Amino acid sequence: MILKGKAWKFRDHVNTDDIIAAKYLTTTDPAELGKRCMETLDPEFVKKIAKGDIIVAGANFGCGSSREHAPIAIKGCSISCVIAKSFARIFFRNSINIGLPIMESKEASRDIEQGDELEIDIAKGTIRNVTKNKTYNASPFPKFMQDIVDKGGLLNYIKSKG
Amino acid sequence: MSYTITEKILLAHTDKKGIVPGDFIDARVDFCVGNDITAPIAIKEFEKTGAKKVFDRERIALIPDHFAPNKDVISANQCKLVRDFARKHAIKHYYEVGRMGVEHALLPELGLVMPGDLVVGADSHTCTYGALGAFSTGVGSTDLAAVFMTGKCWFKVPESMKFIYKGKLKKWVGGKDLILYTIGDIGVEGATYMAMEFCGEVIENLPMDDRFSMCNMAIEAGGKSGIIEPDEITWAYAKEAKGPKGIKALKEKLKGIKSDKNAKYSSVKEYNVSKIEPQVALPHLPSNARPVSQVKDVSIDQSVIGSCTNGRISDLRIAAKVIKGRKVNSRVRLVVIPATQKIYLEALKEGLIDIFVNAGGVFCTPSCGPCLGGHMGILAKGERAVATTNRNFMGRMGHPESEVYLSNPAVAAASAIKGRIAHPDEVAG
Repeated sequence: MILKGKAWKFRDHVNTDDIIAAKYLTTTDPAELGKRCMETLDPEFVKKIAKGDIIVAGANFGCGSSREHAPIAIKGCSISCVIAKSFARIFFRNSINIGLPIMESKEASRDIEQGDELEIDIAKGTIRNVTKNKTYNASPFPKFMQDIVDKGGLLNYIKSKG
Repeated sequence: MSYTITEKILLAHTDKKGIVPGDFIDARVDFCVGNDITAPIAIKEFEKTGAKKVFDRERIALIPDHFAPNKDVISANQCKLVRDFARKHAIKHYYEVGRMGVEHALLPELGLVMPGDLVVGADSHTCTYGALGAFSTGVGSTDLAAVFMTGKCWFKVPESMKFIYKGKLKKWVGGKDLILYTIGDIGVEGATYMAMEFCGEVIENLPMDDRFSMCNMAIEAGGKSGIIEPDEITWAYAKEAKGPKGIKALKEKLKGIKSDKNAKYSSVKEYNVSKIEPQVALPHLPSNARPVSQVKDVSIDQSVIGSCTNGRISDLRIAAKVIKGRKVNSRVRLVVIPATQKIYLEALKEGLIDIFVNAGGVFCTPSCGPCLGGHMGILAKGERAVATTNRNFMGRMGHPESEVYLSNPAVAAASAIKGRIAHPDEVAG
């Protein structure tokens, strides 16, 4: 699967309150949550992005609360993938479990600039920066996690094992 | 093979002969918990799979504590969804308003978590139960749905970091200060994916409530879990909570549940606590910890004493000791929230509620309330609070341009009196 979109840059330690504030946790609907994605950091964010765009963040993305609403909101506002220098662990497993593509790459996180056009090959784990004509490699998932991703999330994976 | 306590507990919940950090395991879960925000997603996901029965109706807790008592219609609908599921599946540990408390104070108090247990919760502060010598960690809602189905959860076996605390604690310094100091030292990602093991002579003498505060905030350093080896203090608490039946046998069975001498740690930190002052974490990261004496001229609009970090009876006692016979500053709203009904009643019996109310504060019903900007004390634009809670992220307690300063209950109480962030000695020296 190839994902294409423009990069939206965020700082280190973007927490799950930044991604979706607690006051909006009264719904589980992805589209509704998506409308409020990143509101604390940039109230206009969801108006500015186009379908398939990509979040590129610094270290410890998704720290804080365990709310699965955070990766759901990101999916819900039609962001196709999150690239970060590193991820907080609950956000990381939530993304794997619900099938939000995420990639860990120090180089990509550092090098990509706001607005760069990106092409991501999920299977190969490569991030191509079309604007800069550069390619970065993301850390591959361990096989066990890749299996969950391939099955479309944790519950499908469990069902497939019977 | 030498193991840490964390590795021993994880191993005991698999059929494997041995494990090393980095291994992926599918572990048996002793107990799991969800709340009114995270359980609705877990329930919907569980039902989507077509599953008819939960793995064990006696090993699931569902606790409406975040936006409950229902703060508005949509929150009421979420609580109802959880309640309906609990009734449909005859979930034994569903705690309705009136019996519920903040989940991480309630479950230990009810004796539902014991040393050596493996607990997961769809709430990041599930790491609190490490204070009992359990392995416990926060997971997402889909993970919780998977536990509902299978009674199991996948983990990457974490490396452990060892934190040794030596010396003698100063007056007004407790578990909250130790953990803020530690997070200030290692940073908010200093323990990412790690088990944080707290030990040393200071921990050995630390009361359970302080141990809960410490393990509670392991997540604020990115930790997967916090843990303290069970000792006599732990077992006394467990016996009180669960009742004496079976405790002796469990204690015997878990005799070896401690870290081996040659266990491997990714790092070892040693702190001399004797000079540590009460700590205050400045906005907007829990790692911005400073000694309270260095936080000068910070006026406040609100002081919140409560939460899964510091809403226990000893927290209320310390706050009451500072506040007794004094008046809350006229520019400050003091909001005190006991974490459970039992704590509420104990505060009533001890006359603590009188002290808070006579001082001009409010004493609320148990709830997570304003900690996550839910209700019962939301901040307006430009307002500032000192809070005994766990997160001071941007907008956490209300408007994105409001601020939260984290502290222990004595500092929060002294600040409420002074109208600015203050050392307890300034008020109750």
